[in-house]
Amino acid sequence: MNTQPSLSEADRTPEPGAYARTRFRGLVRLGDPLFYGLTLGCAALIIVVTGWLVSQLYIHSAEARHELGWRFLISQNWDPVAGDFGALPFIFGTLVTSVVALLMAAPLGVGTAIFLAEMTPRRLSSFLAFLVDLLAAVPSVIYGLLGIFLLVPLLSSTVVPAMQKVVGFLPIFSGSFFGVSLFSASLVLVIMVVPFIVSISREVLLAVPVEQREASFALGSTHWETVWKVVLPCARRGIYASVFLALARALGETMAVTMVIGNNPQITKSLLAPGYTIAAVVANEFTEATGDLYLSALIELGLVLFGITFVINGLARLLILATGKGLYHHG
Amino acid sequence: MRSMALAVVAMAALCGTGGQLSAQVNKETISVTGAGATFPYPMYAKWFDVYHRLHPNIEINYQSIGSGGGIRQVTEGTVDFGASDGPMNDEQLKAFRGKRGCDILHFPTVLGGVVPTYNIPGVTGEIKFTPAALAGIFLGTVTRWNDPAIANANPDMKLPANNIVVVHRSDGSGTTYIWVDFLSKVSKEWKREVGLGTSVKWPVGLGGKGNEGVSGLVKQTANSIGYVELIYAVQTKLAYGSVQNAAGKFIKADLKSVTAAAAGAAEDIPDDFRVSITNAPGDDAFPIASFTWLLVPDQIKEQAKHKAIVDFLHWMLADGQKMAEALEYAPLPKEVVEKEKKAVEKVH
Repeated sequence: MNTQPSLSEADRTPEPGAYARTRFRGLVRLGDPLFYGLTLGCAALIIVVTGWLVSQLYIHSAEARHELGWRFLISQNWDPVAGDFGALPFIFGTLVTSVVALLMAAPLGVGTAIFLAEMTPRRLSSFLAFLVDLLAAVPSVIYGLLGIFLLVPLLSSTVVPAMQKVVGFLPIFSGSFFGVSLFSASLVLVIMVVPFIVSISREVLLAVPVEQREASFALGSTHWETVWKVVLPCARRGIYASVFLALARALGETMAVTMVIGNNPQITKSLLAPGYTIAAVVANEFTEATGDLYLSALIELGLVLFGITFVINGLARLLILATGKGLYHHG
Repeated sequence: MRSMALAVVAMAALCGTGGQLSAQVNKETISVTGAGATFPYPMYAKWFDVYHRLHPNIEINYQSIGSGGGIRQVTEGTVDFGASDGPMNDEQLKAFRGKRGCDILHFPTVLGGVVPTYNIPGVTGEIKFTPAALAGIFLGTVTRWNDPAIANANPDMKLPANNIVVVHRSDGSGTTYIWVDFLSKVSKEWKREVGLGTSVKWPVGLGGKGNEGVSGLVKQTANSIGYVELIYAVQTKLAYGSVQNAAGKFIKADLKSVTAAAAGAAEDIPDDFRVSITNAPGDDAFPIASFTWLLVPDQIKEQAKHKAIVDFLHWMLADGQKMAEALEYAPLPKEVVEKEKKAVEKVH
């Protein structure tokens, strides 16, 4: 299928400001470099802030890095009294809650977005999208309270006992359940990140040129075939981007997670056991961390979290690049 | 945090000059800044407010950023005084001396207690805890509610054979410090395996953030036990158990029994007031109690600031103490007040 016409059409539209440029040539000649410099400054600021952040984390974690070395990353012992710190249980908790949350949130979010973009009348769709955006703006502590007072009691009284009856033989759903757990944290994260996926995916789906759909219908495709084979592949990049944005949000989420995860640094097979995340332990222990090594270890945890986010975003880029080729040449 | 404190100092300085110009009196506005413990914050806020009304030219700004932050900032010299729920250790004293070239003094201000709270379906009465039972529960060696370690002290209660769920603080806190300080004193195993700190490596249990996090988890989890500040338990009308003290008596914590703990320990209080009063002697003493301290450098170069801080300390020890009980803080016993009055003279 060839989408070139719709693209080149965009090229044909007169450049914005072309008229103004001929009229006020002198002024614009000065304005262009000025505008260029201004936007360059904004962009450079992002790099400066990121670099400054990493360097600060690196500098202030020096003591922990020297004292603990690579053992910091593989040790499971977090003992502030003895001054021995290992990040592994926190890395485990962070990755598990985020990935489990994403596995649930991605289909849910993309499905909702497809419904809103393809199946719903425009007006209703905009209204629902407004509600979704509203959800994205709710402060995370509210989600934490929602988790503690609604989700956790519901899980421990009804959902998890029923679940364990059916799939309790699986190691990941075994063991006793106290309400607060990796699973509860994942569920709260799902509620928190779905709005991101829905909101962005819907916009991306709506941006797919209507000619694409018409062409597909003209070729005799059903509604389902059009969505699945034409619209989704076109919007693929944007949807991936929304999912990775959601993942980044899940990795760094602090308040809501610490309220429902149980805050116990351990590595377990069961999702129903309590766990701990990097962001949660930093928020919990930073204010009262008195020893220099202790403080430095907490800062190194921040560096580790940054590293994880960096790697995951890098992988996301690669994935998008790898699949990007198929954007206009699939089928 | 530091930049925040700097901002506060800067703001205070601005206010200072402003007041000076507009008031046109000889008295210069004196701004004193402090930072630290969150536990006594409501008390301190009240004191500083009342003191400012009594002495309009003295402004004391206090940031409740946590004990750890308080110790760090007073060591760095970004605030005039710090505040902490746990005394500074020898290493921290040395660091202070190295950085500031003078010593730091500890001044107890009020007292706090920590109480065990629990949720066992079908059990409504007040459970009596022996120190051994509490240590065993939090070490994970006492695992059921009908374990003899608990049941023997509560013969008329029907305790179930259910597994105990332990709940502790997940955030570093003075409350945890007092709790584990008590456990370290009564259990050698605890001292060896876990130790003492604002955050420790808990052998068992779930972590809740803040007093409200712990009490929330306890309320929602059947057969659980946790610990919260006495003030929090009183204000939220939480049921809590009594604990056996060093004299062998089971004491239910209240302001009186917490003050009694300090009185019981008064004889053994060293001149620098860096002392733990958990498991204190005395029939009426509640065993899980602690001072909270102001940390003041013993050399304050600015004459005006020096006078303001010393005057405030004297006022806090006299009129200030009378305001404590209204805010549900346990006031200092007479013995300690007398001793502190002498210690204030050490501030040069």
